[in-house]
Parts: sequence; C-alpha cells; structure tokens
Amino acid sequence: MKPHRNHPLWYAFALHRASGLLLALFLPAHFWVLSYALTDSAALDGFLRWTDYTLVKIAEFGLVFLLAVHMFGGLRLMVLEWLPWSPRQKTYAASAVAASFCLSTLFFLSAV
Amino acid sequence: MIGVRLYMLQRITALLMAPLVIGHIAVMIYAVQGGLSAAEILGRTQGSLLWALFYGTFVVAVALHAAIGLRVITHETFGVGRTGLAILTTGLFLVLAAMGLRAVYAVTAL
Amino acid sequence: MSDGSHSLRVSVWRGTQAGAFEAFDVPMQESQTVLDLVAWIQQNADPTLAYRYACRVGMCGSCAMMVNGVPRWTCRTHVGKVATDGAVEIAPLRNLPVIKDLAVDMDPFFDKWTEAGGAFSPTKSRDDAVEPILPETPERREADAAIECINCAVCYAACDVVSANPDYLGPAALNRAWSLVNDVKDGALDARLIAVSGAGGCHNCHSQQGCVAHCPNELNPTASIAGLKRATVRAALKGRI
Repeated sequence: MKPHRNHPLWYAFALHRASGLLLALFLPAHFWVLSYALTDSAALDGFLRWTDYTLVKIAEFGLVFLLAVHMFGGLRLMVLEWLPWSPRQKTYAASAVAASFCLSTLFFLSAV
Repeated sequence: MIGVRLYMLQRITALLMAPLVIGHIAVMIYAVQGGLSAAEILGRTQGSLLWALFYGTFVVAVALHAAIGLRVITHETFGVGRTGLAILTTGLFLVLAAMGLRAVYAVTAL
Repeated sequence: MSDGSHSLRVSVWRGTQAGAFEAFDVPMQESQTVLDLVAWIQQNADPTLAYRYACRVGMCGSCAMMVNGVPRWTCRTHVGKVATDGAVEIAPLRNLPVIKDLAVDMDPFFDKWTEAGGAFSPTKSRDDAVEPILPETPERREADAAIECINCAVCYAACDVVSANPDYLGPAALNRAWSLVNDVKDGALDARLIAVSGAGGCHNCHSQQGCVAHCPNELNPTASIAGLKRATVRAALKGRI
C-alpha cells in the first residue's frame, strides 16, 4: 500500500472500481444463465437449486453489496460533481458503505 | 480515458439506473424469500410487457455504462491506445447488450 | 544547536529514474525540518547530492519531495511528525522525470498547465476602462478559491490518475483552468473548455481527492475539476464545444 493512498476517499475510489469491475465480470454469466429460460428452463431450475446452499446465499449477499455500494458510491460522485461542494465527503463515503451493508443484510435475511 | 461525450453518457446511464437498481434489489429481496425456482419466476415474468421494458432498459443502460467503465480501467491499467479502446468499448457494449437482451427475451417472452 | 546524542537514519534517493536509496546518519536537532536533513547531508556528508529549495519558509514550493511516500514541502515538514523508528525516507516527487537525486524535471507539469489553457486571454486594452471585479460574485468566489496555487506539483505527485494516464493534465493545471473559466475578464472560454475535454481532460478525474488531502495551501482541485465537468457538459449541450 503506497502511503500517499492511505486516506479514506482513495479507499472509496478503490471500492467503486473493484465493485464495478466485479459486477461487469458477473454480468455476462448472469445473462447466460437467465437465457436458459428460452431453451431449457429445466437447466435454469438446476442452476437455481444452487441458491439453496448457504455458501451461495453468502455469495449473493456479496453481489447485492457490490451492486448497492457501486450505486450509492456513484450517487456520491454525482452529488460531488453536480451539487455545491460539501465538506462532508468522508461522511458520504462512509454512509454509502453503511447503507449498502444494510440493504445486502436485508437481502441475506430474506434469503436464509 | 474519456472526453465530455462519454462522460455524459456514463453519468446519464448512471442516473437512469439508480431507480432500476433499487427496483431490482427490492424484487430480489421479495423473490428470494422461500427459495427460487424457474417456474415461480417465469410464471410472473413471461408475457409481461412491464418487466420487458424495465429489464430491457436496464440492460441497454448497463451495457453502455459497463463498456465505458471497462474502457477506463483498461486504459489506466494496460495503457491501451485510442483505437484499441474504441474497438473494446464498442465490442463490450454489443456483447453485453446482445446477451442481456436475449436474457430479457428469454424471461419475458411467451 | 546540535543535540549530539541522537541521530536519524535518513534514506535519500540517488541517481535518476534508475537508482537506489542511500542511507546517512544525520544528527538530530530541535525543530528540525526534512529540508534541514537534506541540507545537512549535502553540506556535511556528500556534496554531490542534488536537491532544490529557495525560500525555506513555506511560500515558494520549490522544496517539494516525497517524504516516507507522501508528497510534502520539506521545509514545512517537522522531522518529529514523520520519522518512524528514527528513520526517514526522502525521494524525488512522483510522476515527474528525475533529473538527479531529489531534483525532478518540472517541464511536463508546466507544459500541461499551458495545454489546459492556463494562459490568460485579455479582452481589453490599456485604453479601455478597468473592469470592475466584485469579490462577492459567484464567479469571483470560485476563482478566488483556486488562485492561491503556487505550482509546487505536490498534487500532481499525489494523483494516481496522473500516474495511470500519461495525457492527464493533472489537478494543478485543471484548477488553474477553472480559475480562468471564472475570470470574467478572460476571452478564451470555449477554447479552454475544449482544452480540458480531451484525452487528458477533466472527465478523467476519479475524485480520489489525493490532491485535496496533500495540497499544502489547502486548495481543492477536485472541486475545481467538478466545476469544469459541469461547465463542459453545459457547453456541449449548447453545441459550443
């Protein structure tokens, strides 16, 4: 970890980039599996059975977190760029993570 | 590496997707309760114009947004030049849009 | 006034882009700055050490270097604040070519300043009346918030977009452009907005705010760049750029 990066808003950037990248890699797989509804809905059902496993539910929690944190983080950037400057930059970044964690926990509790 | 037009496209698709993402997460929280099955999902989505429009819009927006985002990451990580980036961005958009719209069709068509 | 009993292990970059750190034992003193360490080494241990400074009182920005991996003005950095386990590491500023040891080539930094439309474009001559500039107008507030930049390149060294994108104009150049965008006396608005919309333009800023965190003058280039983003989008929507 390079010392000049050791401040909260750099970590916010890193989280935004990592979440975006991971979501972009997940997306084609997501589309591929859903497309089975067209040709072989039994195969789709087979894929969906995996979601009964707790480990998969945890992975889904991770995905929902990534989506939520990327969105809330992105909204933070839009506020930064388009609304008058606020001195509360770190608060917004922290709030984005907190809100995402709450949302993905809500999902996880619904899934188990 | 983006200019004003790709920046605008990135930001506009982001704003467009904010309510779609909230909607998608809400749907997931609802749908995941009691387990997932193809029959349950398709029973609700097949033949629905509303779901087709919702997810169709989502797919086109995310294909643009992800293609531009990956363009930036590729340039900053690998130093790919202008031409390579143009090919990559267009290619990624077409692949994601095609796969995504196929998935939307698969789930909403009768 | 030398303490005599304690010394610091000071690692200093020697060479050009390729090189290595060389360690010196420098006597500790009261109220010692990192610039004092460098000066001591050059004056007492190795006269071939190359470094820059001028005012040594925190107003010229010439002494900017990487101190333990963080860009700072060395004349305003107290040794006590940065020494870890009696050691300090001093390197030339990041993101700029190294001429020798701690001295970097500032040309790319200043070239980008010009490229971003940093030069003022006058609209009046000496025969015209003086333009009344009221300090409380929104434009003047924006410009005033940005004009204290002394081009020390600390923000440029801190920025990871500068590292990743060779065309990126950087925080200081874009901050300067924003100050002129808000200068009602300037006549080159559209040209300047085009200048900051290219491959190295303002739209590549990821708002990491390393510039904000490290600017010794407490400026906010990220806010200036956000202003440029808004101005360029509005101009693009109106078909002006």
